[in-house]
Amino acid sequence: MAEPTAAADGSGGARRANLAPLELHVPEPRYRPGDVVDYSHLEIPPAGRAPRPDETCPASETWPLTLDMIRVLDEDNRAIGPWNPALDAETLRRMLRSMALTRAFDDRMYRGQRQGKTSFYMKCTGEEAISVGCAQALASDDMVFPSYRQQGILISRGYPLVQMVNQIYSNRADPLKGRQLPIMYSARDYGFFSISGNLATQFPQAVGWAMASAIKGDTRIATSFVGEGSSAEGDFHAAMTFAAVYNAPVVLNVVNNQWAISSFSGFAGAERTTFAARATGYGIAGLRVDGNDLLAVYAAMRWAADRARANMGPTLIEYFTYRAEGHSTSDDPNAYRSAREATEWPLGDPITRLKNHLIQLGEWSEERHAAMDLEVADQVKVATKEAEANGILGHGLHHPFHTMFEDVFEELPWHLEEQAAQAIRERQTKWPEWKD
Amino acid sequence: MPENDLPTVVEADARPMNMIEAINDALDIMMTRDPNVVILGEDVGYFGGVFRATAGLQKKHGRNRVFDSPINECGIIGAAVGMAAYGLRPVPEIQFADYIYPGLDQLVSEAARMRYRSAGEFTSSITIRSPFGGGIFGGQTHSQSPEAMFTHVAGLKTVIPATPHDAKGLLIAAIEDNDPVIFFEPKRIYNGPFDGYYDKPSRTWKGQPGGLVPQGYYCTPLGKARIVREGSAMTVLAYGTMIHVAEAVLAEKGVDAEIIDLRTLVPLDIETVEKSVEKTGRCLVIHEATRTSGFGAELSALVQERCFYHLEAPVERVTGFDTPYPHSLEWAYFPGPVRIGEAVDRLLKD
Repeated sequence: MAEPTAAADGSGGARRANLAPLELHVPEPRYRPGDVVDYSHLEIPPAGRAPRPDETCPASETWPLTLDMIRVLDEDNRAIGPWNPALDAETLRRMLRSMALTRAFDDRMYRGQRQGKTSFYMKCTGEEAISVGCAQALASDDMVFPSYRQQGILISRGYPLVQMVNQIYSNRADPLKGRQLPIMYSARDYGFFSISGNLATQFPQAVGWAMASAIKGDTRIATSFVGEGSSAEGDFHAAMTFAAVYNAPVVLNVVNNQWAISSFSGFAGAERTTFAARATGYGIAGLRVDGNDLLAVYAAMRWAADRARANMGPTLIEYFTYRAEGHSTSDDPNAYRSAREATEWPLGDPITRLKNHLIQLGEWSEERHAAMDLEVADQVKVATKEAEANGILGHGLHHPFHTMFEDVFEELPWHLEEQAAQAIRERQTKWPEWKD
Repeated sequence: MPENDLPTVVEADARPMNMIEAINDALDIMMTRDPNVVILGEDVGYFGGVFRATAGLQKKHGRNRVFDSPINECGIIGAAVGMAAYGLRPVPEIQFADYIYPGLDQLVSEAARMRYRSAGEFTSSITIRSPFGGGIFGGQTHSQSPEAMFTHVAGLKTVIPATPHDAKGLLIAAIEDNDPVIFFEPKRIYNGPFDGYYDKPSRTWKGQPGGLVPQGYYCTPLGKARIVREGSAMTVLAYGTMIHVAEAVLAEKGVDAEIIDLRTLVPLDIETVEKSVEKTGRCLVIHEATRTSGFGAELSALVQERCFYHLEAPVERVTGFDTPYPHSLEWAYFPGPVRIGEAVDRLLKD
């Protein structure tokens, strides 16, 4: 075999002069900081247009929907079309409140991080409808394998806010004993799996849980969420393949909020097709949904959950939405994208849209909404104060020292016993007065 | 690991088995005893696995409990994590240890950390079985011994049997364990012990010590080493195939060595190791895996830290070379009788 000759600068080698040089396409988002934003290229179909096949239809009947968008709330704030779930006003108001509570919680925790009460926080502003709508559509004991932006599910399921804050502050009442980064909740009793910081790992795990449920002849299904960015992980392919092969009772969700930290959705393949369209290649059902339309979210998840429960297999759902704030407290979105994107987002704000719908129905008012906002803010404040009594990060009120070494294994092996003794000696050397 | 409440094994009920049969027996017993035990992996179902370890199990226990998987180790281990979260006890097979890397994130970042990160809300009671090691002309992708990288992960247990007897007892203990266990099966000794002399006829397990396997259920506790042979001249620390090579070489050289089969690398039976080295004053560590950052480095450091004032000579390490496992020069890579013999001579020099 000949020695390779092509130089890295392209000067050598066997390039044929009669052929055009190959070009690498590196995706670039449309808008960068300071740019004027124009979303007229986005295809936003009118509400009510997408057909609704039966839950037990062949998967292929859904494939046109993966390139469409299921929308229920129209420009006049009415709920229209075959996907309108026709929920009663009381249910709508409860979901509106869950969204408002989620946003109020995010706002206070974000401030708490800025005030130095914890190291890190992640908001879900603009994406509240996805968590709240899905939680409402699932049975309360269906198992959720979340990513880090589904706090709305925990809140919808009634998980105590104070426990969330205890976890965020890593304090002595933290149910996870101060081991996890803030917001990486785990709530087994609420059907909410331990959140991982490694992306998309929960996707095949949800499929495995669903397979186990089917092995046991259970009736509970599983669901999991990833962002569009982490749908690029191999775990996504593993999950889709296993879900398809075993016809697992699972709903796999891609929250397409357009941004993965500073990388726009083009780096996960959004320039080529939709995320929902990936369902087609695996031969499973797929739906693409207006993620800022709570009624559409609810209707799609309900459809997929009913389908899974009827042994008709998995569904991939893409929620088209926008991450209205930074990825986390650790990044400034103004450094990489135009601030006008959030304000110009053509699908609006999910809370405002449901509020206007309820007002249009004559079931709500601006006054009641303002009063509710005050109530949820107060509810968060009370929970935060209660949690702060248990300590904030770095102020000494944490779980007993020895717990650091527990739960690595069910039983403490000799080498961890030795290391625990070492850690305690170090502590006593540094703070001779220290007790635990 | 409660040793006192182990069921008594009636050796009279024992019968000769090779390691595959012993593993198959352990799986069958555990599937019968515990309806939550399920098996998944490439080719493990109808066909019974490429090494036949799961032969007959699908027929006996049903397709819902023993089934083939897509060729996707991330999916196999990821699904097992989800199954364990549900409450099952999955026993996935990774067809060769060399294939485990696509599943590494699910193993290292997920299964191993689940109990810790969820403060015990979720656990990963998973036993990952996988054939490992060379000596069967498997080339560089069917011969690796990657045990050290799993011992480096907090929250994983690593178990390696050296006989059919132990393979069965240790596998039962691993499946019953409530933490994730990597169970590496030395495939060179599936069918018989191997003394390192590749040019001699191979032996079967029939009539060999350790080849007699008790019937029914029994546990060989994790974290307990086995003294293969008592002796006073030196302590040999090894596991898997290398136990048999060490035995043959030291017998041939007429060295009264104490040979310890570690059986479990994590948690390690440090007590047995210390007691032996304190008695003999010399220590030889053997493994087939590559040398740099191999588990031998850990063993050597532990012995030095804990038994330094009893040592008469530096701790010796005999390992595979730091190359991929070559196909044609497999036996040049393998830490065979010559390499071990040299180290034994160095240890006994003064």
